[in-house]
Amino acid sequence: MFLSERRRGQLAALSIAAVVIIVGVPLWWRTTETYRAWLPVSQIKELAKLQLQLSADVEVVFARGTVTPEQQKKVPLTQTQEEERAIDGDLIILFLILLIRNTKLESKFFSCHVLFLPEDTALSESPCGSLVVYVIPESSSLLPEDVNVYIGQRRTALLRIGPQMRVGKTLEQLLAHLEPRIKQVLQVMSFSHNDITAALSDRVRFSPDNKESIADSMRAFKSSPGYEITFSLLNPDPKSHRLHWDIEGAVQTYIQPLLTKLSPVANFSIDSQTLYYTMLGVNPRFDTSRSAYTLNADSLAHVINPVEARLGSNAASSNPVLNFLLYVPDAQHSPLYIQGRKKQEVPSNAFHSPRWGGIMVYNVNGFYGSEPEFPVDINIDMAKVMGVFLAQLRLLLGVQSSTPPPGFLVARCGSTGLADWELDRLMWSRSVENVATATTTITSLAQLLDQIGNIVINDNIAQQVSSAVTSLQLAVAELEAGNLGFALQYSKEAILASEKAFFDPSLLHLLYFPDDQKFAIYIPLFLPMCVPILLSLLKIVSEARQRLEC
Amino acid sequence: KQNAAAQKQAEPAVLQPTPQPKDDFQEELVVRPLHSGDIYASFQFRTLWETDFMRGNKVSHYRLFPKSLGQVISKFSVRELHISFTQGYWRTMQWGQPYLPSPPGAELWVWFQDSVTDVDATWKELTNVLSGIFCASLNFIDSTNTVQPSASFKPLGIGNVTDHRFLRYATLPREIVCTENLTPWKKLLPCGSKAGLAVLLKSEKLFHSSFHSQAVHIRPVCQDWQCKTTSWELRQTLNVVFDLHNSGQGKREWSLFKMFSRTLTEACPLASSSKIYIDITDNPEQFELSPATSLLSQAMVLGDRRTFSVYDLTQQDTFGSVRSLNLLIRWKSTEGDMLRPLLHAERYVAGYGLQTGEIHTLMYNHHPYRSFPVLLLDSVPWYLRLYIHTLTVTSKGKDNKPSYIHYQPSKDRVRPHLLEMLVQLPPNSVTEVTVQFERALLKWTEYTPDPNHGFYVGSSVISSLVPSTVAMDTNSTRERPLFSSFFPCKEESSYFVRVYTEPLLVNLPTPDFSMPYNVICLTCTVVAVGYGSLYNLLTRSFQIEEPSPGLAKRIANVIRKMRGVPPL
Repeated sequence: MFLSERRRGQLAALSIAAVVIIVGVPLWWRTTETYRAWLPVSQIKELAKLQLQLSADVEVVFARGTVTPEQQKKVPLTQTQEEERAIDGDLIILFLILLIRNTKLESKFFSCHVLFLPEDTALSESPCGSLVVYVIPESSSLLPEDVNVYIGQRRTALLRIGPQMRVGKTLEQLLAHLEPRIKQVLQVMSFSHNDITAALSDRVRFSPDNKESIADSMRAFKSSPGYEITFSLLNPDPKSHRLHWDIEGAVQTYIQPLLTKLSPVANFSIDSQTLYYTMLGVNPRFDTSRSAYTLNADSLAHVINPVEARLGSNAASSNPVLNFLLYVPDAQHSPLYIQGRKKQEVPSNAFHSPRWGGIMVYNVNGFYGSEPEFPVDINIDMAKVMGVFLAQLRLLLGVQSSTPPPGFLVARCGSTGLADWELDRLMWSRSVENVATATTTITSLAQLLDQIGNIVINDNIAQQVSSAVTSLQLAVAELEAGNLGFALQYSKEAILASEKAFFDPSLLHLLYFPDDQKFAIYIPLFLPMCVPILLSLLKIVSEARQRLEC
Repeated sequence: KQNAAAQKQAEPAVLQPTPQPKDDFQEELVVRPLHSGDIYASFQFRTLWETDFMRGNKVSHYRLFPKSLGQVISKFSVRELHISFTQGYWRTMQWGQPYLPSPPGAELWVWFQDSVTDVDATWKELTNVLSGIFCASLNFIDSTNTVQPSASFKPLGIGNVTDHRFLRYATLPREIVCTENLTPWKKLLPCGSKAGLAVLLKSEKLFHSSFHSQAVHIRPVCQDWQCKTTSWELRQTLNVVFDLHNSGQGKREWSLFKMFSRTLTEACPLASSSKIYIDITDNPEQFELSPATSLLSQAMVLGDRRTFSVYDLTQQDTFGSVRSLNLLIRWKSTEGDMLRPLLHAERYVAGYGLQTGEIHTLMYNHHPYRSFPVLLLDSVPWYLRLYIHTLTVTSKGKDNKPSYIHYQPSKDRVRPHLLEMLVQLPPNSVTEVTVQFERALLKWTEYTPDPNHGFYVGSSVISSLVPSTVAMDTNSTRERPLFSSFFPCKEESSYFVRVYTEPLLVNLPTPDFSMPYNVICLTCTVVAVGYGSLYNLLTRSFQIEEPSPGLAKRIANVIRKMRGVPPL
């Protein structure tokens, strides 16, 4: 009787514990958990390593007189050159160059056509991201004496074969000799180590030795799917100057061709405004020797701030804004010149601010005549203004104008203001930058979600993340395959999707219950319930152990 | 060297004919001395621009029109936009009708173009953008305080769209208006606050006033009387009433310097017209103006023929020899009384307790012999549940049946009540509209941070065509040619007026916000006590135990043992 009573008590304690564990704990767990959709974490981790492989198709055409017909038959159809560079830690960039022998060799093109003609031939219509290198004999008169490489407006280059390569050398020797030089051409026309490093500047710490490239990479705007270009005419003195600028026509003539050319890289929208009574942030100093006002290079940094408050942000989109200001100094402070660091006059009378825009000072005291009668009507010479702004726009958009190595001759860009290969170069670095940015965004989002368990992950975020991951994978694959256009397209999609996921407002609705408050709420219920269960379980266990020992 | 530089500059001086600008800017200030001794100043800045924002035209080159607003119009396909920020309540009975009425707080109403497919989403985005432009909490406008009035807000510009699907109206009665709203508003002016009338707009004076209201109205208007071309009109208005005792130190004497602590020295050089009007109708002898002006102008304003002294700032001699204009208005006597406004309205909440209440709206028709219809618009938040069957409209003790009622019931947490009706106001009467409501209990996260302050209900809007005072004036006391005074002129016989009532402040039942935790603790304790005894009953086993002998007994036993006697 006594034993069975004890037994009954033990059984009751055990069954209560069982009910609590089987029903209570899962119920509590289910009712307090937050909704977290599944994320492709393993794929994100794989992407975080960022193994990029860039490959560019280079077509090499041998002109008559460079190789013998027998040799030409033996030139391998494709040849792959790889170059591996680690940029930082786990980031490995493989440059992959494919050499393709042109089978449709028509050397008569070069014999009868004059210099620079390959631009017009059908041969030069190569897809975006690829190059055609025409190898011409040493004695060719196509290029001037001291020029070894000519880079055209399209994706073409002429390469002089070099004096030591007379006919009769073996094919292997020839190819071995050409290879570094083609690489050099590629570095000018497609991508170089420095470009890629600059494009990855978000992820990579710079070594202090290449300060110049840091400055270069900091100047251009970050990659974005669209840009807003705003031209502002600043007229601080509407009482004396009545300014007229034909901005509509100037944009059509000077800016639009460049932007049309750049349309694969980003969308651009242009607007203009006129602002009155806008003052510069610094007072120009009067220079008696020139009887003109001057702005020092050191003080230019302070010029923008008070103006910027008036510029206004773009109300209709969230793309970065490139500001171009045309400042017409007031009659009392005219003429106004910008002075360089070495006290010399800046010929363009303009300066630019990295990742912000450009400012040009336009002096109008030449319009006054002998006896000025205010207000003076002034027509602004848009060709002069747009020349400056166009150059600044190229810089700010990251169209690199690095000086070519010695022996290179670069064709002047035509009416569009941008050669095809320059566009390619920009597209290469933009694709890499986009991929890097999107990867960083997605990785940090995944990390954040991993660290803070209280954030609700809705299905739409999970969907954005997976689409970003898919686009990233596609972009990386396209870069590897050398399809630059697609790579850029996918990388843009990846950036859009990743930003959308990262900045989704639903992530902010995090259910934040600090641990101490949680305990304060749980303790009144959990403590009195769990202590007796635990104690009786302990007692049962110790009794069972004693019984075993007996 | 200077010569060389000058030549270099002169070189590109191509002499082209300067194009005629397609935009035009005008500025204007109207000052009306009020009978109470207060003074009412109303600024209007108008930019007209001959361009076309309609049908997705891309407009991107701005001169006088502000770029930020232009972008908003073209991006969101806005046909008309009216936004106002007001601090203080316009006292119609003391001050008469304002030139531009506005309710306390923020008010926004927008007509979209009929090309907009998803009006609600566009509206949401637009309010967010405007909230950024004007530094105001317009982002709090959502579906719970937006209505689509069917009759009260008709487009003010050209275009005969009357499909109210493209109209959105919202008010935020709680919005506080201050300097941060004035600065972006001033930035929209071409001259900023650097020149012209806008130099007077100093926030430390403007907000030290009884009433302050600033507004932006954008609408398409006709370019000429034939209406062959349309242009866009941006009207920025600012109305302010300075208090006699607060700003005027009790003296019936006002000057520009006293009002704004600035004087005027020039017109905005971009303005084609820049004028100051002083309303001297009520009694030209009652106050004196200095400097005096010979320019007078008459205009029909709010159904009344008013006379104004005009100062043209584009004329250099307006500023006199001191090159600065400081208008002085001095009362000579305080006699004469104001013409009572013909239409006037009040509103209040009646009832006691926190369960039900009653909204009373009183509309006064002060016209001695004419009745006129008014449109009443009421937008009540969902947490006041209107009992629409209790709606009564009475005037002069008799039931007054509205000829048109448009009622849209609310949906909890989705949309507010909308009540619009057309009521005929009998002459010289008070019409009372009452409706009962029940106060809803909110979820504890829906309460504002200070729920005991109460919840605001936006002003009712009363729009009406009011018979003109001129037409009322049959026994003409004013000097008018006899031939003009026999038949009342039809055009002037009525004028449009919009009157806003006071916003309401309603208390809702508010819980004790620490209650959830108290409840959790109490229930847990009760559960724990019950569970503890049950657990004990179930797991413990009970048995009878021999009580151990007491201490006295044990001592007795020890003694008995020593003595050899058997224990107890």
